[in-house]
Amino acid sequence: MKILVITEQRQGKWNNTSFETLVAAQQIAADTGSAISALVIGKGVANFAEDLASKNIAEILLLEHDLLEAYTPDGYSLALSQVIGSSKPDLVLFPHTYQVRDFAPKLAAMMGKGMIADCVSFHKEGDKVVFVRQMFQGKTVADVTFQGASPWFGSFQSGAFRADLLKAHPSGKAPINKIAVELKPEQIRTKPLELFKEAKSSVDLTQAPVIVSIGRGIKAPENIPQAEALAKAIGGEMAASRPICDEGWLPMERQIGSSGQTVAPKLYLALGISGAIQHVVGMKGARTIVAINKDQNAPIFEIADYGIVGDIFEIMPALTAALEKAKT
Amino acid sequence: MKIIVCIKQVPAKDAPLSISGNWIKESDIGFEMNEPDSYALEEALRLKEKHGGEVVALSMGPERVKQTIKEALAKGADRGIHISDDQFAQLDPLSAARTLAEALRKENADLILTGLQSDDHGFGQTGVLVATLLDLPHATIIMQIEVQEKKMRLKRELEAGWFQHIECPLPAVLSIQSGINKVRYATLKGIMAAKKKEIASMTRESLGVKSEPTQKIEKIYVPTKTKKTEFLTGTPAEMATKLVEKLKFDARVI
Repeated sequence: MKILVITEQRQGKWNNTSFETLVAAQQIAADTGSAISALVIGKGVANFAEDLASKNIAEILLLEHDLLEAYTPDGYSLALSQVIGSSKPDLVLFPHTYQVRDFAPKLAAMMGKGMIADCVSFHKEGDKVVFVRQMFQGKTVADVTFQGASPWFGSFQSGAFRADLLKAHPSGKAPINKIAVELKPEQIRTKPLELFKEAKSSVDLTQAPVIVSIGRGIKAPENIPQAEALAKAIGGEMAASRPICDEGWLPMERQIGSSGQTVAPKLYLALGISGAIQHVVGMKGARTIVAINKDQNAPIFEIADYGIVGDIFEIMPALTAALEKAKT
Repeated sequence: MKIIVCIKQVPAKDAPLSISGNWIKESDIGFEMNEPDSYALEEALRLKEKHGGEVVALSMGPERVKQTIKEALAKGADRGIHISDDQFAQLDPLSAARTLAEALRKENADLILTGLQSDDHGFGQTGVLVATLLDLPHATIIMQIEVQEKKMRLKRELEAGWFQHIECPLPAVLSIQSGINKVRYATLKGIMAAKKKEIASMTRESLGVKSEPTQKIEKIYVPTKTKKTEFLTGTPAEMATKLVEKLKFDARVI
């Protein structure tokens, strides 16, 4: 089987989930006796191809074009469908980034194929590779298989594989091959403009060793001071899941999840957070996770080291008191 | 502006899930409008209030999804389209999109909106696939829409607090991010008015859609836990004291 990994970078920086996908590809390749190619796409991105050449990859494809300098779904889909048409991989893998969600299903559909997206793992059953993805907001997982002929398209969830497990090239460097594609300006219908950040960034949650995070269970902004008192007692920064920030109860810069910050603190305290996929993706790397939720079936308990099934309005003050007591 | 919103009906958020093969037992559980789609509907209603036109609510599934279409009509959508399909939950994303695209094709909408993903399957592909099948430009994870003549200026959300502005021509397909707006409740007046609004019915067969599945859900199951969760018991005060001890002496994080 031939595996092609499409990597991602933006504004001169790697999206590190690209390396996680390469690790997934290396594992699938080992299980199936396959070879891996990795592709870098853009303009003026040869240095990214050089970064990949030292890894255990059979071939690096460098795809550059003026019209690929800025990302557009039309540009990327049209260019990559030409590459797939000529290099004929069986399995095309992506990191499941916001950009991939924007173009990869289109790329697959243009070739009449489907995409199994946001996978958390894979396993082999006989000679078939089975992809595992979450359903029902993380309450269950599903084994999914491709039907029909290749190429097959799949993406892996951020954090599903560890980038540091990426194996180095055994003997030297992988060859870097340039590919040319044809693109015309009129084929690109959307016009990408400037990228910008909105949040003040007065706090860098990625540097906080202890985080106290609230979810919908907090019910009303008047209840937030109870969580803030707990955060103060435990020496933690306040954070929240998306709905809290959408409501404006906490500023956007406090958001943890796929749209907000991704954190890996020593301690993450999840209060009234159900554990939906979009949130968990931003904090599952925390060293110790404590979850407090009144629903014993909340998916957050899947990843918690310590759990309390209970009412946060009883637990928060009790915990604050116990922490104060422990200080004396 | 003619705006069509693709709305999915999904099991209610607090519905107990009883797994049956590669889906769940549908009897005895409640269903509701997919929350991400309710943001798309709200955005459509606001665009209509600003620019005039019509909002159409489109939903696919068994007979019960008519309830969700009625909810959309009660909130202010002008008419509904129901694509009747009992096997809808089994469709892979491309097959589902092919059916939706056929119903959408004849409508010639200015704008098609979807939510980012459904809370049951969570494929997150419908908007992009529908755009591809209809050969329309698209953009995803949209947090703001500004309509200017025959095009739009959009704010698209990226990871880690980044955003991007994009210009996109009309007609187009957009997938809408949650939190773009505050979703309205249906008023009593709206609920009464909804009773008079039309819901057109059709089936996948009547649309002439033929589609081979591109992927198959073999089975659904509760994930085997890799982490061992230590659950604390007792009164709140007891649990709090135990937790502080464990965090201090076992986990050593405080």
